[in-house]
Amino acid sequence: MSDDPGVLSAPLIIEYPFSRTTGPVIGAFLTGLREKVLLGIKGSDGRVIVPPTEYDSFTGEDLTELVEVGPGGEVLTWAWVRGPMAKHPLSHPFAWALVKPDGADVGFLQVVDAGSPEAMATGMRVRPRWGDEREGSIHDLACWEPDV
Amino acid sequence: MAEIQIPAVLEGKELVRSVRTPARMEFLYTAGVATTRFLTGISEGKILGERAPGGKVYVPSRGADPQLGVPTTEPVELPHVGTLVSFCVVNVAFYGQGMEIPYTSGLILLDGSDLPLMHLIQECPVDDVRIGMRVEAVWVEAHELAPNLESIRYFRPNGEPDVVVTQPGAGVTW
Repeated sequence: MSDDPGVLSAPLIIEYPFSRTTGPVIGAFLTGLREKVLLGIKGSDGRVIVPPTEYDSFTGEDLTELVEVGPGGEVLTWAWVRGPMAKHPLSHPFAWALVKPDGADVGFLQVVDAGSPEAMATGMRVRPRWGDEREGSIHDLACWEPDV
Repeated sequence: MAEIQIPAVLEGKELVRSVRTPARMEFLYTAGVATTRFLTGISEGKILGERAPGGKVYVPSRGADPQLGVPTTEPVELPHVGTLVSFCVVNVAFYGQGMEIPYTSGLILLDGSDLPLMHLIQECPVDDVRIGMRVEAVWVEAHELAPNLESIRYFRPNGEPDVVVTQPGAGVTW
């Protein structure tokens, strides 16, 4: 409502139903998530990059060799979110963390549902929590949880 | 691009090719005092314009004459008939449209007004819609009146002879 009780106001919601094509590499990665499989890709120097990139970041050449990584992983670094906002993936406090899946050489930004910051530690082991209804989207990997 | 090698575990699986990435923005729209006067009139089945000191009648009024920069002070109740001064036949379906295509969106200059309203033109085949056509408002039932332009369902031809529109989209002469 407006400050002036005599002035009309109403919700105005603007929505755009975008969809975008994934390309073969990200498409394969999302297909993996739907099937509960994590994929990385081999770089020119042999490092495994997750999520997979289409091009090598050093040489610019096409990358083609997708490899399975995980399912477990390691927390490289993390930050605790005390007050989740409306668009955050969890409605209760959680950690943003760089998670490096086993077999990968880099971490990627993920959510760890640990309950409290005391349960978080750099170097801790985590395992993925998959969504119940997976459709080939980044949200198929709901979050990670401590692997204790 | 080189052939992608996919691990055996995904062999035979249908590959993801696209993802839905909708964008959504939520606003609270505040009409302001002048448009509130107009919308309150609509909820009572009236079309209210406002006259500026220069003589022009705006509907809906935003509270000020855009040419003179002075308040529109005099309320003017307008008739529910006018002239179609411009129109567009919509042949392309789009998200959230809620209309069967083709349909016509028109600018209607109500008699006695100097600013056309945009609304739907119905009860007229799209091929017959023409500038200069005389139209009338078709309202919802009295108990369905609300402070929004959906209270007018659409405009339809009212059977009067066409008038000459010298400047499409802006004004009419009789």
